[in-house]
Amino acid sequence: MSETINGDGVAVAANGVGKTFDTRSGEVQALTGVDLRVAAGEFVSLIGPSGCGKSTLMRLLADLDSPSEGTIEVFGKTPAQARRDQDYGIAFQQAGLLPWRTVAANIGLPLELHGTDRAARAARVAELAELVGLSDFADRYPDQLSGGMQQRVAIARSLAEQPRLLLMDEPFGALDEMTRERMQAELSRIVGESGAAVVFVTHSIPEAVFLSDRVVVMSPRPGRITGVVDIGIGRDVPRDEALRETTAFFAKVTEVREALHGTPVTASGREGR
Amino acid sequence: MTADAAQVLRARRPRARSRAARVRVALLGVLGVLAVAAAWELYKALGPDDGVVVAGTRVLPRTTDLAMPHTWEMVARLLEPTTSQAGAAPLWLTVAQAALVSLAIAGVGWVVGTLVGVGLGLLMQVWRVAEHGLLPWIVLSQTVPLIAFAPVVRSWGARIEIAGWQWPPWLSVAVIASYLAFFPVAIGTLKGLQSPQRTHLELMHSYGASRWQTLRSVRLPAAVPYLLPALRLGAASAVIGTVVAEVSTGYLDGIGRQLVAFAGQASGDPAKAWAPIFGAIALGLVAAGLVGLVGVALRTYRRGEAS
Repeated sequence: MSETINGDGVAVAANGVGKTFDTRSGEVQALTGVDLRVAAGEFVSLIGPSGCGKSTLMRLLADLDSPSEGTIEVFGKTPAQARRDQDYGIAFQQAGLLPWRTVAANIGLPLELHGTDRAARAARVAELAELVGLSDFADRYPDQLSGGMQQRVAIARSLAEQPRLLLMDEPFGALDEMTRERMQAELSRIVGESGAAVVFVTHSIPEAVFLSDRVVVMSPRPGRITGVVDIGIGRDVPRDEALRETTAFFAKVTEVREALHGTPVTASGREGR
Repeated sequence: MTADAAQVLRARRPRARSRAARVRVALLGVLGVLAVAAAWELYKALGPDDGVVVAGTRVLPRTTDLAMPHTWEMVARLLEPTTSQAGAAPLWLTVAQAALVSLAIAGVGWVVGTLVGVGLGLLMQVWRVAEHGLLPWIVLSQTVPLIAFAPVVRSWGARIEIAGWQWPPWLSVAVIASYLAFFPVAIGTLKGLQSPQRTHLELMHSYGASRWQTLRSVRLPAAVPYLLPALRLGAASAVIGTVVAEVSTGYLDGIGRQLVAFAGQASGDPAKAWAPIFGAIALGLVAAGLVGLVGVALRTYRRGEAS
């Protein structure tokens, strides 16, 4: 992995990042001493229990908050500059679709805001709707869609401007397990086709292992990185149901779980989450 | 995609009232009116002539034909000529004409009040200082009694003359109506513009959207569900404002003046006094209906929140 800050090889570089929030009950240290590198095209998951600062870290990368200490670079720029340059696409746990816009109009929103002309917009929207399998639903409104379909619209929207980086905060958190697994396979395919780097916040170990090149394990009070697990399942291995049954997959799930708990998991502790 | 299609079928749809439900609502409305008429006649038939007096205070009205004409007499009176003069128009027509004049004035007042209200709401949302500076005054403005400043508006208006154009008396009435109508609209607009979900605003921030773009793409559409009830309230206020202002500025052509004039003739013609009251009720219903059409036009923005 490249360690150069300014090169094209690094999507995200965080150095000694900390974040404190002023609350009524005093200062709360949400993050401390976070160092993180994400290479271009790499899929990195942030995993950890509630309050470990994984969402906070993602918000800092997206310039929705600013760090109290340390520096963050996104493609060698400040997060604010990267945001203005539309270097990243973003998806939240709530799909966040505008209820008065159709599926097509929701997907096309960023293009519309940035002055893409009507014809080019329509073509790109059709392409994205196809990519997430919603071509037949382009004229529907969000309240006519299921939760999984809404989330697919949100993912299509985040890809609209072909960003080199995707920031996703538990995008499948509100979905049922069946839909969730299908969405994971689809996301893996979509990301593979787009070649974008991904920072993916989740609290599901199998989800992180299934999707990622690397899993960054975080711990609360104060929020910090406590371990990194290289998954080592190559990009050439198809992300499908068969993968979930392999020994390599189980081994990595165990490794991430051990990293999360800080101790080797014994047989009796293996009942899972 | 069959799985998706099934999911779509199960997903919520905007509620469309069936034909049967609409008929039922209309029937219930008619039934309500009949129930009021029945209660009126029942009390008139059973109540004492002098009403019910408790400790020197009359708590229920007299039931004489003078105080409580029969409902059918009120209806029949509508069809008779307004005055005994030869060639006088039927009463319902006289009332309807006055009500239309008042509706037009209330309409102007409503439009002006809506423009001012939306403008103030926008100003307060865009410029936070304006919210702190303006909001108390907006609330305070509604505590001034209408009859106190109505003559003031009229006398100011009477002095306005620009290049041969004279301030018509009806405009004073419309200004007073707008003074009542702007209030709910201003409050509703402000609340609506502040209503978008945080996710939507953060999304716009991540797109580097300008304030104007955020306003147009997120805040204004999100404000519609708050704005529509405010417009309805504004319409009701405009109608009340028009009627009261007509009386207190001495404007002669509207329903307000007719209410007072016909009430003065009640000793000789008790049923006639009720005609402009029905006219005022019809006026309010028509105004509410017209605002309802605005809601139909903006129905896309009233879709249930998706999440």
